[in-house]
Amino acid sequence: MIGGLFIYNHKGEVLISRVYRDDIGWALISSTGGRSRRNAVDAFRVNVIHARQQVRSPVTNIARTSFFHVKRSNIWLAAVTKQNVNAAMVFEFLYKMCDVMTAYFGKISEENIKNNFVLIYELLDEILDFGYPQNSETGALKTFITQQGIKSQTKEEQSQITSQVTGQIGWRREGIKYRRNELFLDVLESVNLLMSPQGQVLSAHVSGRVVMKSYLSGMPECKFGMNDKIVIDKQGKGGTTDDSGKSGKQSIAIDDCTFHQCVRLSKFDSERSISFIPPDGEYELMRYRTTKDIILPFRVIPLVREVGRTKLEVKVVIKSNFKPSLLAQKIEVRIPTPLNTSGVQVICMKGKAKYKASENAIVWKIKRMAGMKESQISAEIELLPTNDKKKWARPPISMNFEVPFAPSGLKVRYLKVFEPKLNYSDHDVIKWVRYIGRSGIYETRC
Amino acid sequence: MPAVSKGDGMRGLAVFISDIRNCKSKEAEIKRINKELANIRSKFKGDKALDGYSKKKYVCKLLFIFLLGHDIDFGHMEAVNLLSSNKYTEKQIGYLFISVLVNSNSELIRLINNAIKNDLSSRNPTFMCLALHCIANVGSREMAEAFAGEIPRILVAGDTMDSVKQSAALCLLRLYKTSPDLVLMGEWTSRVVHLLNDQHMGVVTAAISLITCLSQKNPDEFKTCVSLAVSRLSRIVSSASTDLQDYTYYFVPAPWLSCKLLRLLQCYPPPEDGAVKGRLVECLETILNKAQEPPKSKKVQHSNAKNAILFEAISLIIHYDSEPNLLVRACNQLGQFLQHRETNLRYLALESMCTLASSEFSHEAVKTHIETVINALKTERDVSVRQRAADLLYAMCDRSNAKQIVAEMLSYLETADYSIREEMVLKVAILAEKYAVDYSWYVDTILNLIRIAGDYVSEEVWYRVIQIVINRDDVQGYAAKTVFEALQAPACHENMVKVGGYILGEFGNLIAGDPRSSPLVQFNLLHSKFHLCSVPTRALLLSAYIKFINLFPETKSTIQEVLRSDSQIRNSDVELQQRAVEYLKLSSIASTDVLATVLEEMPPFPERESSILAKLKKKKGPGAVSVNELEEGKREGGELNGGGERGDNSAIAASNASTPSPSADLLGLRTGPPVTAAAPSAGSLLVDVFSEAGVNDDGFLRDLEPPTESSDSLLAEGPGDSDSAPPSVVSEDPATPLPESNELLNKFVCKNNGVLFENQLLQIGIKSEYRQNLGRMYLFYGNKTSVQFITFTTTVTCPGELQSQLNVQSKPVEPLIEGGAQVQQVINIECLTDFSDAPLLNIKFRYGGALQNLTLKLPVTINKFFQPTEMASHDFFQRWKQLSLPQQEAQKIFKANHAMDTEVLKAKLLGLGMALLENVDPNPENFVCAGVIQTKAQQVGSLLRLEPNAQAQMYRLTVRSSKDTVSKRLCELLAEQF
Repeated sequence: MIGGLFIYNHKGEVLISRVYRDDIGWALISSTGGRSRRNAVDAFRVNVIHARQQVRSPVTNIARTSFFHVKRSNIWLAAVTKQNVNAAMVFEFLYKMCDVMTAYFGKISEENIKNNFVLIYELLDEILDFGYPQNSETGALKTFITQQGIKSQTKEEQSQITSQVTGQIGWRREGIKYRRNELFLDVLESVNLLMSPQGQVLSAHVSGRVVMKSYLSGMPECKFGMNDKIVIDKQGKGGTTDDSGKSGKQSIAIDDCTFHQCVRLSKFDSERSISFIPPDGEYELMRYRTTKDIILPFRVIPLVREVGRTKLEVKVVIKSNFKPSLLAQKIEVRIPTPLNTSGVQVICMKGKAKYKASENAIVWKIKRMAGMKESQISAEIELLPTNDKKKWARPPISMNFEVPFAPSGLKVRYLKVFEPKLNYSDHDVIKWVRYIGRSGIYETRC
Repeated sequence: MPAVSKGDGMRGLAVFISDIRNCKSKEAEIKRINKELANIRSKFKGDKALDGYSKKKYVCKLLFIFLLGHDIDFGHMEAVNLLSSNKYTEKQIGYLFISVLVNSNSELIRLINNAIKNDLSSRNPTFMCLALHCIANVGSREMAEAFAGEIPRILVAGDTMDSVKQSAALCLLRLYKTSPDLVLMGEWTSRVVHLLNDQHMGVVTAAISLITCLSQKNPDEFKTCVSLAVSRLSRIVSSASTDLQDYTYYFVPAPWLSCKLLRLLQCYPPPEDGAVKGRLVECLETILNKAQEPPKSKKVQHSNAKNAILFEAISLIIHYDSEPNLLVRACNQLGQFLQHRETNLRYLALESMCTLASSEFSHEAVKTHIETVINALKTERDVSVRQRAADLLYAMCDRSNAKQIVAEMLSYLETADYSIREEMVLKVAILAEKYAVDYSWYVDTILNLIRIAGDYVSEEVWYRVIQIVINRDDVQGYAAKTVFEALQAPACHENMVKVGGYILGEFGNLIAGDPRSSPLVQFNLLHSKFHLCSVPTRALLLSAYIKFINLFPETKSTIQEVLRSDSQIRNSDVELQQRAVEYLKLSSIASTDVLATVLEEMPPFPERESSILAKLKKKKGPGAVSVNELEEGKREGGELNGGGERGDNSAIAASNASTPSPSADLLGLRTGPPVTAAAPSAGSLLVDVFSEAGVNDDGFLRDLEPPTESSDSLLAEGPGDSDSAPPSVVSEDPATPLPESNELLNKFVCKNNGVLFENQLLQIGIKSEYRQNLGRMYLFYGNKTSVQFITFTTTVTCPGELQSQLNVQSKPVEPLIEGGAQVQQVINIECLTDFSDAPLLNIKFRYGGALQNLTLKLPVTINKFFQPTEMASHDFFQRWKQLSLPQQEAQKIFKANHAMDTEVLKAKLLGLGMALLENVDPNPENFVCAGVIQTKAQQVGSLLRLEPNAQAQMYRLTVRSSKDTVSKRLCELLAEQF
């Protein structure tokens, strides 16, 4: 289990140090407890934060002690353990902790951490007990860890907290009331692509999340449906053959998915229906990944010509590949330049393009672009002759964008709400659904 | 370096560096650098020419970026351009960039070389220095090719400035180190030596580093530097601290130069010129005296500088190893340091003492510090110092203090650091073996060693105990008793079980008489450990059990029961299972006779290099050992050539240094009464014979050391004997003796054991014992091939009149020798009267159908029947005069074949069998010996006198004995030995 948790700033100074087990220091140098802890702290700083070579692995083993770290802007969160723990669990916990902290005080920055360090220690006491992760649901935590001083709670409230913390449904408290029952559902996807210069897809996948924000009274039971191929096929069996042929195109094959703890997994296993009692406020209902039949929103066509040793001509065409009625936003194309670039001239039809020397790339930005359009940029790159015989490695051209549909093809079919005790029905709930497709690592070789 | 003037401030560089320092993350730093690189690229690419200042600035930035760990692949051209600038700062930055960044195979090298050449030929000393520094910093082969001719010229030119000379000397040194073949010796070399006389101390310091390096390769060319160095040294040493103003460091005049001078002198033997030598000795004495003076300053730099000179002086004294007075003084000085507060000083003192211990002059002086060293071993806080203390103890160990040292090392071992335990164990094992006076002590020590530090006792150590116990019957009973007792401890180390299993299996019968260690008790004791041991040990124990069945038939049923149990006979380990099955079958089927033959006591091991020593050598690396070994060899009189270049030679020599019997008995003979005389009773015959064998064996090994060529040639001719000759030619008649057989005979004059003959097929080992006029010789015929020899017959004949002089009886040998097997033959010899020839041994056998036939001379010579006689000086000369008839004396003057080492000579003379008489001859260089040859018919008293003449490398050997033939024969035999 996790032996200790440290938060560092970018200089490697420890902002938060919470040790749950004494074993973590012993591995490094056998000395007294206090000093050894210091050693664990130092070991991470020396070997990871200030490492000569940038450490890319999130797990580092130093003197038989494992350090798991995540980085948020300039802040390092490191979980330390001597045991052979489940690494996925540790990272899940670290991410959760980031979420909790963000929910409490906004952006994770050195300033915010220093201002809230009492709160952070309080949170750590609650969500990690002797190294074992505990309930880390923000909604639940907020009921008993507040940034305000402790109000003198009534006996009733206290017993409510107890029953909630120990009860079956830890993520939702009872007696929530809203005047307007509202529900927001976002399908957020990021599409990853690697394409050859000739336009052949080398690898592509979409990782998506369904994020919900619920403002519902009582203890509602929800049911969520989407165009999952297995469900559609099962229904198609009952219906006509025509139906199944049609739905086959609309349904998607999900490679794997994970759910929020509120989802009844037994029901998903048996009927593949997603039913749950939602937490209050914002949460992530599910995560999934697909690899088949992905709609690629953009196609990048690169053309690179080397003119002698001192000049390079680059032409890049992008084509949008979705319904003309939709608009893509925040488009950015990044064209890497050779390391011996001494000057660049760019001409583009649309948007703005600039050579950024600090990043060794030409960055072309377009604010908006409708579907089924194309645009192009051409650049002349001057090179400084070097005595290095190494050829330029030609890194891929990468792209960023945001489109208002789900590139995986996922569609929300229904989201039903049942609350038998309170008298509002499914029809009374106001529901909002939104699809956002973003680029992940979206690269084309040139 | 001149301070950067205001106009040269390079603000851009300062801003850039502070930007980088302020970066919050690695990414930010990389971004900043990328931006700067793009900027510099556009500047370099730009059409308008850059002025020197901006060029310098950008090159500086590139250099800074490179030093941060980023690749720089441009800007070289700009840097080269800077070289041709006339401004010092620009030139300097250009050279800096080039020495850091330009790799040797760059095409720019030609341009650079050109610029350097220009600077070298300029008259400006700063530019010359810059160029020289650049050459030295790059130091590539190309640089050496271009400038190796030029630099010596600059170095010795009369008009060169001092600072340039300094740089030139160091630059040349660097080039010489990288490509010595390109720096050609020439006329300049003699002039370089005279730089030692230079007025400028800096030049001398730089030059001496160069000379030291050069003279290591070509000592003869720089011989003249010795006297110059001595006079320079004496001037420095005798100067007052104020004389050499700039070069006085905390009241010590020119400490670095002194150290270097002393180090240079260590490259050469002591100066032959008396005046020079006197002056040097005076210097060394002054240095030693100064160490005694109260310090002029309390600063640590003062004492460091002083001690640095002192330690160099001591190493020089050790290197010369010829001034007993200085050596003893050095030793005393080091003794003071042993208790010094400074850990470093204690370390250095121990280290230097280690080498001092090897000198015959100071060995005794070192030994007086034994208590301090032992104390250091126990109380020192720093492990490296403790390690040195252990090394020193090992080095200073000799017969007189071996027991104490071994005991101390053993007791220290219990608390020793893990890192040095294994080495300590090896050292204890070697010392115990080397200086063992009685073998019970040796066995005790090693068993203690296993008990204390079992984990660190390597296989070699316990192999060696077993070898020694098997080869020496006097200790077998004691060993059996001791291991039996040691095994009774509730928890004993696995190595102990191994030793116990082996020894009880072989010699358990020797203690079986005691009801407390009856066979069954022994077996139960061993078997109680069985289940705790690893597979190899269990296998060994199973073999011990089957030996028990042979030794004690009464245990047969118990042991068979054990072997039959499922845990043995169905063991999952193949080796154990096979042993169990085979041993069980063997014990139930074979008759007692067969069993006794199969399970006979192990034959003695052939003497070979001590495996432990080999291990220690391997552990320490070649350098460290050779010193140690050399020193051991010197002291013990065995000549080791230290290196080990000549494989078998040094291996034999090394075994000589470590074989237990030789040195111990050798010394025993020298001090105590002769062994053979001391033990006349027949009961202890074996013991005696062995110890004498040991002596002779030692002699043999020493003897063998130089003339291994003979055995080499044998090996070379081996195939000619057996292979090239067609089988039909080989006749059934005894072949004529091999041409080498006379040589072989000579090899065995001073020793009794060894390898008599070896070719590709056959190896004949020999082991012989003589007592009075009787002798017994064991011949071991070893089949080196994998094919059996058939119709193997041997005959011993005494040609001519020898038949009446010598009575030789040989027992028949088995006609079949399996491949890889060895058979033994015993030959009894009785000396009837004195003789001069040697009996012949004829061997015939068929190998793969081809008949092999060879004849050798058996190494039986008249001196084997010597019995040493101790006598006082006047007795000796009285007898000497009595044997004054001309025919009683045989004299020979001959040239030395081997190095004239006193210890070796002594060993050889002892091996001869006579008593070596000390303090008899008025000239201590001479050796005199006395002995009586025992024959059946009569006793022939013999006296011998050997006068070495070291200068002429000649010997005069005079032998007088009551019988003229004996004198003559002895004289002939001995003349070949020295």
